[in-house]
Amino acid sequence: MKKQFKTDKHSLIPKHLKLNEKEKQKILEQYNISLNGLPRIPKTDAAIVSLNAKPGDLIKIIRKSPTANESVFYRVVVNV
Amino acid sequence: MAKETKDKEKAKESKAEEKLEEVKEETEEKKAEETQKEEAAEEKKEKEPEKETKEEKPGTAAEETQKEEAAEEKTEKTKPEKMELQEQYIYKQVNSIVFSVLPPKTIKDMASAKIVTPELYDKEGYPVDGGLMDIRLGVIDPGLRCKTCGSKLKECIGHFGYIELARPVMHIKFIALLLNLLKSTCRDCSRILIPQNKIEKYKEILDAAEKEKGLEERRNKIKEIITNLKTINKCPHCKARQQKITIEKPTTLFENEKRITPIEIRTRLEKMPDEDCELFGIIPPHARPEWMVLTILPIPPVTMRPSITLESGERSEDDLTHKMGDIVRINQRLFENINAGAPEIIVEDLWDLLQYHITTFFDNAVAQLPPARHRSGQPLKTLTERIKSKEGRIRHNLAGKRTNFCARTVISPDPMLKLNEVGVPMVIALKLTVPERVNEWNLAYLKKFVENGSDKYPGANYIIRPDGKKKKITDETKEATLEEIQPGYIIERHLMDGDRAIFNRQPSLHRMSMMCHKVKVLPGKTLRLNPAVCHPYNADFDGDEMNLHIPQTEEGRAEAEILLEVQNQLISLRYGLSIIGCVQDGISGNYLLTKELVLSRQEAIDLLSSVGIEDFSKLPKKEKIHGKEIFSVLIPDDFNFTGKTRSGEEVVIKDGKLISGHMDRNNLGEGSGLLLRNIHKKYGKHATIEILGNIFRLGIFVLFKHGFTTAVSDTDLPEGIRIKINETLENAKKEVVSLIGLYYDNKLETFPGKTLRETLELRILEVLNKARNETGKIVANEADKSSHTMIMADSGARGNLLNLAQMAACVGQQAMGGKRVEKGFTGRTLSSFKKGDLSPEAHGFISNGFKTGLTPYEFFFGAITGRDSLMDTALRTPKSGYLYRRLTNAMQDLKVEYDHTVRDAAQKIIQFDYGEDGVDVSKSENGIINIKRIIKTIGV
Repeated sequence: MKKQFKTDKHSLIPKHLKLNEKEKQKILEQYNISLNGLPRIPKTDAAIVSLNAKPGDLIKIIRKSPTANESVFYRVVVNV
Repeated sequence: MAKETKDKEKAKESKAEEKLEEVKEETEEKKAEETQKEEAAEEKKEKEPEKETKEEKPGTAAEETQKEEAAEEKTEKTKPEKMELQEQYIYKQVNSIVFSVLPPKTIKDMASAKIVTPELYDKEGYPVDGGLMDIRLGVIDPGLRCKTCGSKLKECIGHFGYIELARPVMHIKFIALLLNLLKSTCRDCSRILIPQNKIEKYKEILDAAEKEKGLEERRNKIKEIITNLKTINKCPHCKARQQKITIEKPTTLFENEKRITPIEIRTRLEKMPDEDCELFGIIPPHARPEWMVLTILPIPPVTMRPSITLESGERSEDDLTHKMGDIVRINQRLFENINAGAPEIIVEDLWDLLQYHITTFFDNAVAQLPPARHRSGQPLKTLTERIKSKEGRIRHNLAGKRTNFCARTVISPDPMLKLNEVGVPMVIALKLTVPERVNEWNLAYLKKFVENGSDKYPGANYIIRPDGKKKKITDETKEATLEEIQPGYIIERHLMDGDRAIFNRQPSLHRMSMMCHKVKVLPGKTLRLNPAVCHPYNADFDGDEMNLHIPQTEEGRAEAEILLEVQNQLISLRYGLSIIGCVQDGISGNYLLTKELVLSRQEAIDLLSSVGIEDFSKLPKKEKIHGKEIFSVLIPDDFNFTGKTRSGEEVVIKDGKLISGHMDRNNLGEGSGLLLRNIHKKYGKHATIEILGNIFRLGIFVLFKHGFTTAVSDTDLPEGIRIKINETLENAKKEVVSLIGLYYDNKLETFPGKTLRETLELRILEVLNKARNETGKIVANEADKSSHTMIMADSGARGNLLNLAQMAACVGQQAMGGKRVEKGFTGRTLSSFKKGDLSPEAHGFISNGFKTGLTPYEFFFGAITGRDSLMDTALRTPKSGYLYRRLTNAMQDLKVEYDHTVRDAAQKIIQFDYGEDGVDVSKSENGIINIKRIIKTIGV
């Protein structure tokens, strides 16, 4: 089998986490928004392939930020 | 305003529509109200597909109009009882808008004349009946009345006409859609190439897409479906074989190499059932596919294509009229030829010609067609060109308005003006006016202006009577006007000191590019501003011009004052520091004063009073007064501050006294002054602007008294130093020569990832730059610290040590694109060098200083890089301008919401926390929140 590159181990790729249903609802409530109003991420994005995310899942991304040290971002999984 | 709304009619309506409505009514006879109402509703129904608006009672409308286009129209309209009652408004709300295609029947119905002849005027110069300037199409001549509506010039908005085309013609703007329609429908039965049982399914897909992601997505889905249909070659309905349809741009369609005429296309489309149309986004009865092939053409009213009378009395027609003349002429010929039974070839030629004229009538910039031209050769401006691009209706007339009550001239500096003042030349003050309404209390005051007339300042140019009539004040009418004036009149008096004006310099990239200043009327011919406010405008005085606008209403003035005043713009919202600060002499003057000057008491008082200070109680009671103490007079008594100078010294202000350190750009300058930022925070904008103005003026007056200039002798160096500098340069050159030697001997050690030659270039550059920097250091160490050039460099007012070194010692290597100069001849830069010469001199190293003078080839290298950088700036400006335009357009409706998220107009989230850290930069200090200072001020 071909050796696969593990994106989640790379230092330049921010941490991607799949949220469970409860967490997802909490975020939607916090921002008073539906899934349509959130930024999107394709299901095939290399950074989340290993998470096995389905369309409609919410991905939490923790990025390094020059201004805030760490910043949290959310993206909805969609079909391409 | 009569509240004439009938029970159900609460909706508002756009004024434009109302007008349309009014005109239409006029053409009808006046009937009893009820019947009229019904009729209007009916008529409206017909009119609807042609344009767009329709609305309903809120209740039913809500559900129905959700389906947007599918919504049906029922209209209730209030009708103004009479045209004369101008003050009547009808308030209605637009619920939804439908865009559709003009049906031929509507074209005919809305037309008030059929155009049959290309002639415009008869022998007497009177418009021909049935010609393109038919008086039934509206009036453009004063004195005449419209034959359709009976109103005069400017009252009549014009009426459409129509011509019947001898043969149908394709509409250029619908070609792409027509091609799609033909490709995805059957050539025999005109059904869409989808099996009957699947049509419903596709419709559901479309509706689902629209519901979920909006109309845009529906359009995308339609496109997807159509692309799939194009490949089907057997009709699922009648099993007919499909032929390949191709297009020969712009307007000719072929089926299997055989031309399909617009007649045939139209018959095919006519057969298409309504149900199938919907899958293409064409929703009957608003639009039908066959309407995209024109059989009759609307003629726009003359009011939108007025002819102009030249000085010679000759008439010059509008481009559109010209184009339509062509259409009508060819159309008539085509009719005649068909009727006379001319050969098919001739008819077809004429038909093609008609197609060409109609195509260019809509769009004269179709890629494959030669544009229709005037006799002079310049292309005609037809319908599309009227709307499109920068000079079109939208960007030029709708997005870009022009104003009265404004002025523009060259600007020049005047440090004696306050920061929030603008000097206005007398000539301009005599022309620009401010309206003031007369009342009991200001009657006498305003009469004085009228007495002065329009030539004597301060006078008045116009009076406006309560009925809105405007009268110019002249020497003859003055007496009568004076008698006439009473409360309720408006007097347009000359611009006076203290009036508000909005001052602006393009490009207005900033909100600080338009600020409100107080007018100060001055002699001279230029607009004057304090040099300290140049920075927000990015202005200088090398010929810059600026604009001045005078708000004409109380609301306008209030808004300008509250939102735009200079003191409100002190802190830049880009980085949270003062954007207005001391410049040039303001910095070097204060540097000198606070660093070393000691004045006598008399001199100190003299200095301060020339700045405008009258209270000298803060000045110490001694004979010799240090500059720091003079400066401290301007600082509020309870101000505390610590900061750093450019040289790293500590600046301490305690209880309003400058104790240690001196002032320089780090504390006074724009975009760096924490000093100013703190004054602003503590004492507010008005105090800051006052203090800043005083500090700036103090600096200038210090230099007035002290004397300040820059001289060639500032760059003088002792003889020994000159030798030292020459030695450094010689050594560097020797080193380069040895490097070149190594290179030829192949003994040079290459850098990783570079070739030998590149390594050599890098090494040479390194050596030469080091040498130049060394000379710079020598100059910096040896130059006279008290010379004015050094003072300017040290205080940060202007110039730096490098500039001084370039003048005194060595200009250095001229670089082009990061490399030494290599341009010119093959293998060499100039014919005075040998080919392959790698020496510093041959590649743009200037070892002389500007004072010593450059050798001819050194000068030439300087010119090369100089011109290169000039070209670069000239080419970069428009590029970055366009980039900026795209950015603003893309981000114009992004907004930070109360929960710190950044959202667009549809409330979609762009950022979860503004700037990732949620800091409001305009309230910070250079993007940082200084917690230490906050704690200190709270006093924990």
